Amino acid sequence: MKNETRHEQFEPPSILGNALRTLHIDIPLFIGLLLTSLLSFLVLYSSGSQDVDVLMRQAGRVGLAFILMIVLAHIDPYQFKRYSTVLFGFGILLLLAVLIMGEIGKGAQRWLDLGVFRFQPSEMIKITTPMMIAWYLAEYPLPPKSKQLFIAAILIVIPTLLIAKQPDLGTALLVASSGAGVLFFAGLSWRFIIGIIVMLASLTPVIWHFMRGYQRDRVLTFLNPEADPLGRGYHIIQSKIAIGSGGIYGKGWLGSTQSELDFLPESSTDFIFAVFAEEFGLAGCLGLLALYLLIIARCLYIATQAQDTYSRLLAGSLAFTFFVYVFVNIGMVIGVLPVVGVPLPLISYGGTSIVTLLAGFGILMSIHTHKKFRTR
Amino acid sequence: MSDTYIIKDHSVENRLFVNRIVVAFIVIILLTSGLIVRLIYLQIVGHEHYSTLAKDNSIKIVPLVPDRGMIYDRHGKVLAENTPSYSLELIPEQISDMDETLLRLQKLLAIPDEKIEQYQKLRKRQKRFVSTPLLLGLNDEELAKFAVVRPYFPGVDIHTQLVRHYPYSDLAAHVIGYVGRINEAEIKELPLAEYRGSTHVGKLGIESSYENELHGKTGYAEIETNVQARLLNTLKEVTPDPGANLYLTLDIDLQKTAYDALGTFNGAVVAIDIKTGGVLVFVSRPGFDPNPFVVGIANDAYQALQSSENQPLYNRALRGLYPPGSTIKPFIALAGLEYEAISPQQKLSCPGYYQLPGVEHKYRDWKKGGHGSVDISRAITESCDVYFYRLAATLGIDHMHSFLQKFGFGEKSGIDLIGEKAGLLPSREWKRDQKKQAWYPGETLITGIGQGYHQVTPLQLARATATLANKGKVVMPFLVNKIVSVQGDRRGSEPQNVTLLLKPDNVTTVIDGMINVVHGAHGTAKVINSDISYQIAGKTGTAQVLGIKQNAKYNENAIDFKFRDHALFIAFAPADDPKIAVAVIMENGGHGGSVAAPVAGQVIKQFLQENNEK
Repeated sequence: MKNETRHEQFEPPSILGNALRTLHIDIPLFIGLLLTSLLSFLVLYSSGSQDVDVLMRQAGRVGLAFILMIVLAHIDPYQFKRYSTVLFGFGILLLLAVLIMGEIGKGAQRWLDLGVFRFQPSEMIKITTPMMIAWYLAEYPLPPKSKQLFIAAILIVIPTLLIAKQPDLGTALLVASSGAGVLFFAGLSWRFIIGIIVMLASLTPVIWHFMRGYQRDRVLTFLNPEADPLGRGYHIIQSKIAIGSGGIYGKGWLGSTQSELDFLPESSTDFIFAVFAEEFGLAGCLGLLALYLLIIARCLYIATQAQDTYSRLLAGSLAFTFFVYVFVNIGMVIGVLPVVGVPLPLISYGGTSIVTLLAGFGILMSIHTHKKFRTR
Repeated sequence: MSDTYIIKDHSVENRLFVNRIVVAFIVIILLTSGLIVRLIYLQIVGHEHYSTLAKDNSIKIVPLVPDRGMIYDRHGKVLAENTPSYSLELIPEQISDMDETLLRLQKLLAIPDEKIEQYQKLRKRQKRFVSTPLLLGLNDEELAKFAVVRPYFPGVDIHTQLVRHYPYSDLAAHVIGYVGRINEAEIKELPLAEYRGSTHVGKLGIESSYENELHGKTGYAEIETNVQARLLNTLKEVTPDPGANLYLTLDIDLQKTAYDALGTFNGAVVAIDIKTGGVLVFVSRPGFDPNPFVVGIANDAYQALQSSENQPLYNRALRGLYPPGSTIKPFIALAGLEYEAISPQQKLSCPGYYQLPGVEHKYRDWKKGGHGSVDISRAITESCDVYFYRLAATLGIDHMHSFLQKFGFGEKSGIDLIGEKAGLLPSREWKRDQKKQAWYPGETLITGIGQGYHQVTPLQLARATATLANKGKVVMPFLVNKIVSVQGDRRGSEPQNVTLLLKPDNVTTVIDGMINVVHGAHGTAKVINSDISYQIAGKTGTAQVLGIKQNAKYNENAIDFKFRDHALFIAFAPADDPKIAVAVIMENGGHGGSVAAPVAGQVIKQFLQENNEK
C-alpha cells in the first residue's frame, strides 16, 4: 500500500484533518476552484457593464454549483459506478426527447422545459459519457481489446452525433473528447491513436460536406477573418485587437476599451478571455493559465491515487476534458482554432456549464476522499 | 467485482495508467505552451500594432443600416412607411452634473417624473459614453424649444431616426403586421452580419413573412476616429442596399369598406380576385393599432389587448376556425352530382326532419315543417337541411372528404403569410387517429350541412368559393404582387395551373342554385339583389356556437350574445363572368342572410364599379 502512505502526507493532521475528511472536500482543488470563481466575478463585473445584478445572478448559480459539488463529493464513487449505465441511458433518452421536440419546433433545440426549470441534457451527457465508457472498460483487463474499443467507440459516437445534430458543435466536441480521454487513459495503443488522427484528417472533406452553412462559415472565417468583417470575422478581429492591445501588464481592471466600446461581442460569455487579456495583459494570462494547470495537475494526481480502474479512468477523463475546455475556448479567442461555442470554464457568464463542471469536480473529490472508507 | 479483478494484472495496469497520465500532462503542457507562444505574439510582438488599432486614430467598422422597404396597396397607396422621429439623448460621460442637467431639462420640456426615473434606470445599464434616450418622439414645439438652448446643454442632443409608421392603423394590422425591437431570442436566430446595426425586425404579417426582402442588405464603412470617437476620415464605404418595396394585391379602400361594413361585430372578410388569386380584402375585426408596437408598447396597453374578450390581436381571417355551416352545401351538392349520387332533376322530400334507419334521433331542418319536395337547385337556394342529410348519407364521409379536400378544405392555402391554420376536414382516418373512435353515420349527416367537426378559416372559404366560381380552376391566394428592389422587379408568387376535373353542367347547376340564393323569390340572401346590374351567386350559412338540445328551441333573443350563432356568407360576382369571390364571417351575427350578405354585397359592388370604370 505504497499509495496510502504517500497519501497520508497530503492530509492535514489532527482535528482539522478529520473535519475535512468528513466534509469530503479536497482542499487544494477547492482552493483552486474558489480562486478561479472569484476571479470570474472580477472579470464579469468589468465585462458586464459593471452591473451588480449580473454578478448577483452569477453568484447564485456559482453558489448552487458549489453546493452540488459538495453533495456529489459525499456520494461514494461506488454509487457512481453502479448507476453509470442508467444515467447514461437516461441522458440519451433526454437527448432524443429534445431532438424530437426540436423537430416539432422546427429549429435548434437544446433545452428540455421541465416547467419549473429548463434543463440541457447535453450538459449531463458530458459527465455520463466518460462514466459509461469507464464503467464498460473497467470490466475488462487493460489495455482494451479491439472488440471493447469498437463498442466504446459506438458509445461515444451516439451522444456526440445526437448533440452535433442539435446543433451544438462545441458540446459535441467536449463529449467526444471526454470519451476519447477515457480510451486514452485506458491504454489505447499508439498505433490506434495515430490511425484515428490520420483517419480524421482524411475524413475532413466528408465532415465538410455534412456541416451546416453557418458551421462552414465559421471555419472559413477562421481561415480568413478579414473576409467577413461585419459577421463572424468581426469577433476574431476584435478579440485579437483587445488581447494584443493589452500588452504585458494590461490596461488594468475596468480598463478594457474594446469591450467597453462594444467592439467585443459576447464579451461576458464565450469571448470573456479577450476582456481578461486586455485588462490583465500577458502577465494575467500566464497567471490564469497557471491556475488552470494547477487544477488540472491536482485532478491528474487524484487520478493516479484512485484505487479502482473505474475511478481512475473517470478522474483522468474529467481532468482531460477540463483542459480541452480551456484549450478550445482560449484557442478560438486568440484565433488559432475555429469559433465553436465553448465557454471559458469557471469564468464565462452562464449557469449551465459551471454546474456541470463543478459536478465533475465533485465526483473527483468523492473519488479522492472516499478511499479510506472502502475495503478491497 | 472481485471476479473481474482476478484476471487483471494490477501492476501492469498501474504502470500503464501512470504512464498515460504523464503523457497526458506533457501534451497539456505542450499545448498550453502553444497558447502562450500565441499570446506572446499578440501581446508583445503585435502589441504596438493592436494598440494603434484599439486606441488613438483607430479604424472602426460601422454598419450602414439599409432603409426598410415600403409596402403599398394595389393602387400604390402607402401601407407602411418610414417617418423621421426625433429623440432627446444624453451622453452621461460628457455631462458634469447629471442631476442638475436633468432638472433643467425637466423644467424646459415639462418631462414627467417617471420618465426621469426611467432614464436613470436605463442610464445605469448602459456604458457611460453611450448616447441614451431620455425622450422619444419629440414634437415640433419640443424640438424648437430645445434647439434654442442647445449650446447650454453639452452632452445633450437631438437624434433623428426613421421609425416605421402604418398610416391605416388598425384597418389592416393583421395583414401588414408590424416591426418591433429585436429581442434576445431573435438575436440568436437572425444572421449576425446582416442585422448589425438594425434595431427592428418584422414580427407579424407581411412585415414578418417578407422580412428578407424588406430588410435590405447592410453595408459598412471603415472609418478612422480619434480618441473622442470623433470621425476623422472615411476610408471605405460599402453602401447598403435598401429593402425591396412590396406592392400588395390588397385594395385598402375596399378593405375599409369591408371593415366598416362589419359594424360592431367581430369577424372576418376575405375577398379574392378570381382571375389572379390576388387577395383584395383581408379583414379581421377588431383590429389593433400596430404603431405602438414599433416604439415598444406599454405593458398595460399590451395586457389590455391580450386580455380583451374580443381578441383584437387574433388574425381571424388567417387563423380563425369556424364551422362552415350551410356555406358548405354548394360543395356537397357538387360532390353529389360529380359522384352521381343524385341527378339534377331528382327530387327528395323534406318533412322537416330526417331519421337514420333504426335510430330514434331526429335530425331537424332549420325550417319547421320542411320544404316539401325539392330538387338540388332549390335545396341550395332554400338551404334545405334534410336534402343534404339525405345526400350526405348517400355520398358517405369518404367521398365527401376527398371531394372537399380538392377545394382546399383541411389544408393551408399557401398564402404568403406566416401562421396560417389548416382548419379541420374530418375523415374516418382522422377520427380514428385523433379520437380513437369509429366514425358514426350521424356525423356524416351533420358534416353534410357544415356542422360537426368540420372547421374552416375565412381564407379557406373564400378560396374554395373562388375555385368554384372559376369552374374548378384552382385559385391560389397571395398578397404580394410585385417586389421592387435594386436587383430589379420580380413577381411575388408564381401562378400555378391546377384544374379540378368537373363536369361543366354540374357546376352550372350548383351556380344556378347559388344565383337564386340572391336573386330567387325564396333566396336566403335576397336582401342584396336590389340596385345591381349584374348577378351575384351566393350562399348563406349559420354556424352553431351552442349545441341545441333535442326538442329545445333556439331563441336568438333569449340567449347570451356570445353564444349566438355565427353568420356566414360566401359569394362571387358577376355570376356569368366571375371576377371577385368573397367570404364573410360575423361572430354571433345570428342568421347569415340578414347580416353577413350585405357586407359581401357592398364589397362586390365597390369592386365591380371600380373595375368597370377602367
